[in-house]
Amino acid sequence: MRYLPKSPSERQEMLSAIGTRSVEELFTSIPEKFRLRAPLDLPGPLSESEIIQYFQARAAENARGYVSFLGAGVYQHLRSVAADALIQRGEFLTSYTPYQAEFAQGTLTAIFEFQTLMCQITGQEVANASMYDGSTALTEAVLMAERLTSRRHILVARSVHPEYRQVLNTYAKNLGLEIEEIGYTSSGQLDRAALKPETLARTAAVVVQSPNFFGVLEEIPALAEVAHASGALLVTAITEAVSLGIVRPPAEADIVAMEGQAFGIPPSYGGPYVGVIATRQKFVRQMPGRLAGQTTDASGNRGFVLTLATREQHIRREKATSNICTNEALYALAATIHLCLIGKEGLREQALQNLAKARFAQAELEKIPGLRRVFNGPTFNEFSLEFPRSVKMINAELLREKIIGPFALGTQYPELTKRAVICVTETTPRAEIERFAAAVRRILERPV
Amino acid sequence: MNPKLTDLEAPTKNVGKARAHVSQNEGLIFEQSAPGKRGMELPPLDVPAVDPAKALGSEFTRAAIEGFPEVSEIEVIRHFTRLSTWNYAIDLGMYPLGSCTMKYNPRVNEFVARLDGLANEHPEQPAEVSQGCLRILHDLQKCLLSITGMDSATLQPAAGAQGELTGLLMIRAYLASHGNPRHKVLIPDSAHGTNPASVVIAGYEVQNIKSNSRGQIDTDHLREFVTDDVAALMLTNPSTLGVFEERIAEIAAILHERGALLYMDGANMNALAGITRPGDFGVDVMHLNLHKTFSTPHGGGGPGAGPVLAKKVLEPFLPVPVVVQKPDGTYALDHNRPKSVGRVRAFAGNFGVLLRALAYTLAYGPGIRQATEDAVLNANYIRKNLEPYFDLPYNLPSMHEVVFSDARQKVKGVNTMDIAKRLIDYGFHPYTTAFPLIVPGAMMIEPTESESKQECDLFIDAMRSIAAEADATPDLVKTAPHSTRVGRLDEVAAARKPVLRWKPAE
Repeated sequence: MRYLPKSPSERQEMLSAIGTRSVEELFTSIPEKFRLRAPLDLPGPLSESEIIQYFQARAAENARGYVSFLGAGVYQHLRSVAADALIQRGEFLTSYTPYQAEFAQGTLTAIFEFQTLMCQITGQEVANASMYDGSTALTEAVLMAERLTSRRHILVARSVHPEYRQVLNTYAKNLGLEIEEIGYTSSGQLDRAALKPETLARTAAVVVQSPNFFGVLEEIPALAEVAHASGALLVTAITEAVSLGIVRPPAEADIVAMEGQAFGIPPSYGGPYVGVIATRQKFVRQMPGRLAGQTTDASGNRGFVLTLATREQHIRREKATSNICTNEALYALAATIHLCLIGKEGLREQALQNLAKARFAQAELEKIPGLRRVFNGPTFNEFSLEFPRSVKMINAELLREKIIGPFALGTQYPELTKRAVICVTETTPRAEIERFAAAVRRILERPV
Repeated sequence: MNPKLTDLEAPTKNVGKARAHVSQNEGLIFEQSAPGKRGMELPPLDVPAVDPAKALGSEFTRAAIEGFPEVSEIEVIRHFTRLSTWNYAIDLGMYPLGSCTMKYNPRVNEFVARLDGLANEHPEQPAEVSQGCLRILHDLQKCLLSITGMDSATLQPAAGAQGELTGLLMIRAYLASHGNPRHKVLIPDSAHGTNPASVVIAGYEVQNIKSNSRGQIDTDHLREFVTDDVAALMLTNPSTLGVFEERIAEIAAILHERGALLYMDGANMNALAGITRPGDFGVDVMHLNLHKTFSTPHGGGGPGAGPVLAKKVLEPFLPVPVVVQKPDGTYALDHNRPKSVGRVRAFAGNFGVLLRALAYTLAYGPGIRQATEDAVLNANYIRKNLEPYFDLPYNLPSMHEVVFSDARQKVKGVNTMDIAKRLIDYGFHPYTTAFPLIVPGAMMIEPTESESKQECDLFIDAMRSIAAEADATPDLVKTAPHSTRVGRLDEVAAARKPVLRWKPAE
């Protein structure tokens, strides 16, 4: 087998050195009756070319060659060949968590750079590296707020990504957290009238997402003020991180839970992505996840180490801030390299392109009779539209034209049937936007 | 910079795998930034430009980010390439971190994960144009069920620790459906730290149980602890000592008699694949670490994937959605599962990791047994050759890893961390230090099947040489490493006054 570096005679030599005659003798500590006698029922073995064939066949069964107007927490953005080449360097790809700092300065330095970039982007003081994804980052942010406030009531905007809320509910169920959801107004923003001081007085955190699931930006400074007045924290989730190229960062939030997929990480049918928590310096000891810190060696050389590990499970066990161990380091590195490449001007230009293309698409679609905007709050690269017919039916027709239609809101929000969230990024060519609009028009002109 | 390696500090000739080489000096990327440079260009905008302040309102916009990097493509390539050379990696040699299973990460897995049609698929796209992704997930589930002897699977958990939590939530939901979720989960003192941390998030109380003098579960002791208030025992098998729990069937029976379940932490599955199946020896629910046994790259700390495999009785409680094959042969995500514990992560899991694990499994097929045999052979070969030099606190048959202690070297003031750091000078990554907690001064060595006899011999020579140094020149070992770009770093200072980000000079 090509992955195994031993010849039959070397195996024999090693067995003799150990003093055993057969490899079976090495397994005698496993009770005889539990030792398998027959080979496992598995496909293979496959050669390299057969493996490639298998996966190429699977790729052909997917949406290759389709244009997509889906966002909903996962975004198709430009990626660079350079970043992908760099993360495939064996020294990054095949190294472990950098516990042995002297032998892992590459990873540690890159983590320190990631933390810096995440602080710059979110307007926060410290950031970790990293959480599994945005959804678990948000849940961990809420648990962190509970520890910081010693309160157990959580107010969550219904405009937070439905799957993020589902994850939060799974975790909260057994921890005695009381999750209360708050609605939205005609702007698509959180209904601030629902934030009553008497409720907030026992609330650990108000949880919003911006841009939210409908694509609308939330008024973070005002929400922070309301929350803080009653001693509650403001937790802000961000699923579309590219927005922060032009959108004001949630600096007033106490904890930011961000999905970093938009920074050059492929959609890959749901993962791996990279979650991050950013917060205020004074909250750092309640923050979960890995942190690299700057220090020196005996000769005064600058170096980096994993630090504040007394928050973590391998030291604190049941008293740890979280059970997280393995995280998404390689994709934190991918995001770091991507952001260095795209840089200060590029990130802003990319965000501006998203805004412009989404506005163009919105204008094109709103020309179609029967289509209208659902919310009047400010939007970035996603916006919600109401259709005169079932979005599911329209999407089924679009699929025949190799167009993956927008996210239908009705399944998650029963009050929003016939409404959908449309996403357009810098990777969506104008011609495809026009083809999409023309297809929608054609479908709607057809008799039902 | 570091002082030069003196003859004394250099490893004995013909023993070390390493020799000094050029290490480029390199600052932080922020320190190389200059206004107007960039490393990536966008295609021109093909729609009318929009003024953000007008479109969003000025209260919603920001100016360009101060201090954000402005560097060219070649500078980014050089920066990260230079950083990479400061890392050690499996691609450079043995990485014997016990319990971490640092095996070869096949390159074809990286290739197939990047195929168009797999890398660009959106998790919310309709099932009819996701059949390839869904089949990959379904095929992987079938393989993992076959290897573990379990009945049902979820691939959603993002890593081992999340798999633990998922399994515990399923246990909780199952017991609750029988009227009482119970309060306690038993954990041996040899367990990974994630186990107790996961127990707490699942809303259970941790009850630690002591290992016996052989490092195994004391079944008499266990019997006393398993009351009607115990939900489960979380057991790592083989244990963190690298030893199979010989009385596993009895352990399962003790739990089952009282209605409690057996959870197996599958971190050490690399010792079992193709040899024995947890489903056959009484395990009710377990997780696998695909970034260990199934070769997906560790990437400096992740990503991972922590699929959970369970017996039939626990199937109704799997997280949503579940990947299913419909009677017509097509695949789908089933969300309609009223007894489910809920979602543990957005979307379908770490798909990119899962598909690499499938590529690994397909490469071996039933031959995965040979990988297990070689892993165990390597560990025993190293054990045999190092036993005369290092203390072996638990003299039980080793499987995929062997745990020594620094007891003999301690006499000269040399501890496990010193020996670990000295290994770096010989060109090896350190083994796992100071774990498991039941072995003071633990040296936990897991070579995996990816090491040739030659690499094992080099490692053995290095360890023997260090043992000699610990005796003759202990200070040399205590001040190691001597060959890296930085010496031992001041971790205390780092934690006391944390500097966690770069800031522009004032």
